[in-house]
Amino acid sequence: MKAMKAKKAKKPMRPMRQVQPMKPALGVRAGRHLHGGPLTYAVLIIFTVGSLFPLVWTAIAASRNNTRLSQTPPPFWFGGNLFKNLQTAWTDANMGLALLNTAVVAGTIALGTVLFSTLAGFAFAKLRFRFKNVLMLLVVATMMVPPQLSVVPLFMTVAELQWTDQLQAVILPTLVSAFGVFFMRQYLVQALPSELVEAARVDGASSLRIIWHIVFPAARPAMAVLGMLTFVAAWNDFFWPVIALTQDNPTVQVALANLGQGFVPDQSVIMAGALLGTLPLLLAFVLFGKQIVGGIMQGAVKG
Amino acid sequence: MRPYTDQTGPAASPSSGDAVPDRTGPAVVERPQGTDRRRVWRSRRYRWDTKYSPYAFVAPFFVFFAAFGVFPLLYTGWSSLHRVSLSAPNDLEWVGLHNYTRLLGDEFFWNALRNTFTIGIISTVPQLLMALGIAHLLNYRLRASGFFRVAILTPYATSVAAATLVFVLLFGRDYGMINWALDAVGFGKVDWQSGTLSSQVAVSTIVIWRWTGYNALIYLAAMQAVPNDLYESAALDGATRWQQFVHVTIPSLRPTILFTVVVSTIGATQLFGEPLLFGGAGGQKGGASHQFQTLGLYLYEQGWFNFHLGRASAIAWAMFLILLIVAGVYLLIARRLRKSE
Repeated sequence: MKAMKAKKAKKPMRPMRQVQPMKPALGVRAGRHLHGGPLTYAVLIIFTVGSLFPLVWTAIAASRNNTRLSQTPPPFWFGGNLFKNLQTAWTDANMGLALLNTAVVAGTIALGTVLFSTLAGFAFAKLRFRFKNVLMLLVVATMMVPPQLSVVPLFMTVAELQWTDQLQAVILPTLVSAFGVFFMRQYLVQALPSELVEAARVDGASSLRIIWHIVFPAARPAMAVLGMLTFVAAWNDFFWPVIALTQDNPTVQVALANLGQGFVPDQSVIMAGALLGTLPLLLAFVLFGKQIVGGIMQGAVKG
Repeated sequence: MRPYTDQTGPAASPSSGDAVPDRTGPAVVERPQGTDRRRVWRSRRYRWDTKYSPYAFVAPFFVFFAAFGVFPLLYTGWSSLHRVSLSAPNDLEWVGLHNYTRLLGDEFFWNALRNTFTIGIISTVPQLLMALGIAHLLNYRLRASGFFRVAILTPYATSVAAATLVFVLLFGRDYGMINWALDAVGFGKVDWQSGTLSSQVAVSTIVIWRWTGYNALIYLAAMQAVPNDLYESAALDGATRWQQFVHVTIPSLRPTILFTVVVSTIGATQLFGEPLLFGGAGGQKGGASHQFQTLGLYLYEQGWFNFHLGRASAIAWAMFLILLIVAGVYLLIARRLRKSE
């Protein structure tokens, strides 16, 4: 059960590689067994530079000052103002509070989504109950509904409850996700043997024990993937937070939106704010990049 | 798992099984009856558990979903039939279909619809084509393939807001790096923000930058699931790398491509943050002459700057309708493709 799907998927390649030395006699090397040529590397390196450059330049611009950013040619290397600008962004744009708020919001949403999606996904994958197919259809149908469709009533509700500027206003509406339920169902259908659940039932295990001792261990890899994807999405969520929160109690994205709309006129401070708001996720990418990539690719094959 | 394999009795949980006899201490004499009742109770609880716990498991999702998904969706429809002001968001005045008929004659609505469509095309088509190419290259045996994969995914970790703020500087008219480079090679500077096409290209660039790597990884995952014998037999038949790509890779990827097209389309109809922040102060207008105002921005402007929440609701439902039409078209295309196979 603990054997991760990712590892399983890679395994079939091993024996093939060992067989490979026999094959060149036929001269057949094709598909993913072909080596990339110099042109392949050249294109990939250009694309990688393009992907990383705007981020690096954010740091460069954040380490300069406003005057230097209003000259040609633009700066290509770091200046000495980074910490001063970070400090200004921290105090003037409320970035400190914004980071704390975003951590709370994204953490709660990721936890809630993973927990509720696993429970519902398990029920849809392995249990029998009435209206199961209708309810599942409802879940799939709602994955398409854009958030714009609920913004006006949500705003009315928040105004009625006087939740403006309170974190629950952005946490509660995104605490569950139809995609999450679908994702966990697809995973558990394959990864959790039905016999295991039935055997536990015959032994008299309650549903809660089955969830705790069988479903959670089996679902752990998919839960980790869903948790990461949800955390990134919640950290970067823009539309609803911009409407529900103000500069007094912002998330990172709300603070950045206000920076961009003229809250602070200094360009280098704006870039420092953008850097601060992105840094935690970038750090996570440096540490867990491989797992995140694996998670997205795994999710793609499953979904 | 261990608790189940070495558990001998039908006891639901060992701890409760031990505790119960202690509590019924004085009644030990009538033990048969007591265990009987307990067994009945236990089997009833067991039956209830199997019968109702599935509903308990799906309940949290559906409760939240009803409160924050279904109810707002329907209520948006309801409020689109009313005049509602932002200053008194809970006073609804019935106007029937007025908000919709008004939209039909509203040049800004059609402008926003047109912009959403063109930006959607400019951002989605090159993005997915590039992602396909990059995925194909990553599918070769490579040194440092792990590094490439993580590096091209970093834009995905960057938020819409942070990315747009950087690109606003890069696309700056006077001191931006892109104009500096264009000037250096002799093309001259472009006033990115004021032109219709140029501003839409700039906004699309942000979308492309953020999502190409992500889509490339999704394609790569699908490519790795293509059985290698297909390539080998194609190679035996003398197919070049390009022919293998066109005749083996692309057909095998068809479902994945359709999936990414659908997801990108949904994303494109909702486009909001990029044009808002690209416009700077007063960005809800989408530029001085609304040249890059999308439907999402127009909804925001009508609701939160012009105070017409009823009209904003009507725009939201119009967006939903457009999405349904597009989904129907895709469904037709998918069916046609499947038939032609």
